[in-house]
Amino acid sequence: MTATVAIRPTAWKTYSAWANRHRKWLFAAPAMIFVGLLIAVPLAWTAYLSVTDSQGSVRAPSSFVGIANYLKVLGDTDRYWPAVLRTFTFTGGALAAELVLGMGIALLLWRPFRGEKWVRVAILLPLVATPVAVGMMWRLIFDPNIGFANQVLRWIGIPPQPWLSGQATALPTLMFVDVWQWTPMIVLILLAGLTSLSEEPDEAARIDGANAWQRFWFVTLPLMRTTVVVAIVLRGIDALKTFDILYATKGTGGGSFHEVETLNVYAYGLSFDYNDYGTASTVLILFFLLIIAIMWMVTYRRKGNRS
Amino acid sequence: MKRHSVRIAVIATAAILAAGVLSSCSSAAPTGGSTAASTGSKTIRVTLANHVWTDAIKAKLPEFEKETGLKVELSQYGEDQLSAQYNVKLNAGTNEIDVMMYRPLQEGKLFAKDGYLANLSTDVKSDPAWGWSDFQSGPVGSTTYKDKVVGVPIITEQEVLYYRKDLLAKAGLKVPKTMAELEQAAKAIKAQNPGVAGFVARTAKNAAVTQYSSFLYSFGGDFIGKSGKSAIASDAAKKAYAYYGGLIRNYGPANVSTDMSWPEAMAIFTQGNAGLYTEADSLYKNATDPAKSKVADTVGFAPMPAGPGGSKAYNVPSWALGINAASDNQSNAWKFVKWATSKKLTLAVQQAGVPSARTSVWANKAGTATYPADLAAAIAASTKNGIGHDRPLVIKVPESRDIVGDPLVVAITGGDSNAAADQASTAFQKLLDAEK
Repeated sequence: MTATVAIRPTAWKTYSAWANRHRKWLFAAPAMIFVGLLIAVPLAWTAYLSVTDSQGSVRAPSSFVGIANYLKVLGDTDRYWPAVLRTFTFTGGALAAELVLGMGIALLLWRPFRGEKWVRVAILLPLVATPVAVGMMWRLIFDPNIGFANQVLRWIGIPPQPWLSGQATALPTLMFVDVWQWTPMIVLILLAGLTSLSEEPDEAARIDGANAWQRFWFVTLPLMRTTVVVAIVLRGIDALKTFDILYATKGTGGGSFHEVETLNVYAYGLSFDYNDYGTASTVLILFFLLIIAIMWMVTYRRKGNRS
Repeated sequence: MKRHSVRIAVIATAAILAAGVLSSCSSAAPTGGSTAASTGSKTIRVTLANHVWTDAIKAKLPEFEKETGLKVELSQYGEDQLSAQYNVKLNAGTNEIDVMMYRPLQEGKLFAKDGYLANLSTDVKSDPAWGWSDFQSGPVGSTTYKDKVVGVPIITEQEVLYYRKDLLAKAGLKVPKTMAELEQAAKAIKAQNPGVAGFVARTAKNAAVTQYSSFLYSFGGDFIGKSGKSAIASDAAKKAYAYYGGLIRNYGPANVSTDMSWPEAMAIFTQGNAGLYTEADSLYKNATDPAKSKVADTVGFAPMPAGPGGSKAYNVPSWALGINAASDNQSNAWKFVKWATSKKLTLAVQQAGVPSARTSVWANKAGTATYPADLAAAIAASTKNGIGHDRPLVIKVPESRDIVGDPLVVAITGGDSNAAADQASTAFQKLLDAEK
């Protein structure tokens, strides 16, 4: 009895000393466990499914098939590669337009003017709308028969267009919707970058007689490089993973000709429509590796250029 | 080195703790479940699709709750959302669903094969007064898997022709009885009424397959031949593809989209923008309800026009009620199913406009009294000559629909549907071989 009483404070002391020494691990543990459970476990499970022929029900018996799924997917020129191409077309096209427009708008909003607050609020509106609602709204606007878009075209004497329902026009139309919704985010990021720039380099260039374009191209833009890269990385990853507006406007499979089927839409269809979990997981793992590779390239190039 | 081992120890402890929490969670569920099973929870969790049937049943729920003292917890979803829900929840072995409304032809085989649906064979025979033998044999066949009853059919569907009486009268034409007359009428209506399509129907690759099936049968074809091989590249099928696609391409709405399922096609018809429309009869209220339809007073119904193979519409059970095999509350769930499919309620629901699967309700004059007379006649004709499926009867239904629907959209957009049918047939045969 006396022995326990004597030991307890020492044990507690040892423990508290240990805890004190390792407090950074101890405090980080809940977050690490959380991340581990919610990211690593599903990812590992997906990787596991990708080497099985799991179908119908994930609880049904499935067998190990090695890299058979990967070979099948990488050799699929019917759905997989067109989906890869569409994913990059969508991301590249939308991102380029968003950067150019975003930079333009940010430069316009940079200098203070009257009614600035109202303009900023108006510009941010698309950003706060929920994507599915946005999808439904544009679907109505672009309806080939009763939509507002064709009504406008009729007023100015242009024949009606198929927009979202056309095989060739659906993807560009959705890129337009993406630009409409996400340019404000680019504006926000770039504006933050612009505001933190110091005035001196610009002033020096002005004194040296540089015109507005030269000051932008040779002074402002190089100084903004880090901000632009951040904008590209954030928006690029997000655009690659776009699912909501594509699914809300064209449904599973991305239309009857798969005209807007990107990798994400394809994987969703394989998993939730075809119940082909093995192949769906393979597509997702390949997609994941692709995003990692792009992120690595962008950040690596940045570091390389800096040194 | 020491720091390293401590680090590992911390991580390991954290992992063990987490695992302990998880396993205690997972072991808690079955314990709670088995208690519920022995006493029988008073709450039945029912998952239903958005449908006229669901609305009618919902209105009657208080009666059931009063009669039995049970409580019904209802979740309601659109078709796609419902499928996604089942996919996620049933895959995880949930016991949170007791009664489930499902599509026997779409998911029935898959669910039964995966063991999601409880065996109801003894339940359905337990009460002769409720009358299992009263259900039509076709629908019963599709809710039976390997001689076990896994569902009770609640809604049947036949394809019929919706038409505009005023536009046909204006063209001086009778209601089309053959495919040739249908095309002639579509042509005349389109020519006489600018901005109005002669014919409209579903155009989305996946959604159109079921409505195309009646055309396929009426041209003398089917999806799978008698030998069990793909039949979608047969002469009859190629003609049917070209005919259906041609009707929409030549006499359909301008700028026709290839994304139309029934809501879009129905909207065109009920807005007065089309003269003829082939669709499932169970949706007829959308066209005859003046609140939803501009053409409510002038819409007529007729059986599918006859092709070279006769007038052969599909006659299928589109929805059924099943019980989740993992449910802890199966006996109370059966009480709900039995109540919802009773003769009395089936009659009430059919009077609300939902075609049922009970013979006695169809034989009862009150069962068809609320239907437009021409619709009742069209349904009777379809039920008599009907084919019991409206999509390929396989396990991988969604994938097969994408395959057999492809030549349709090619035909609608003016491509070579014969070549597309040949190509689709190869892919379809591969799917059939893989399922053997």
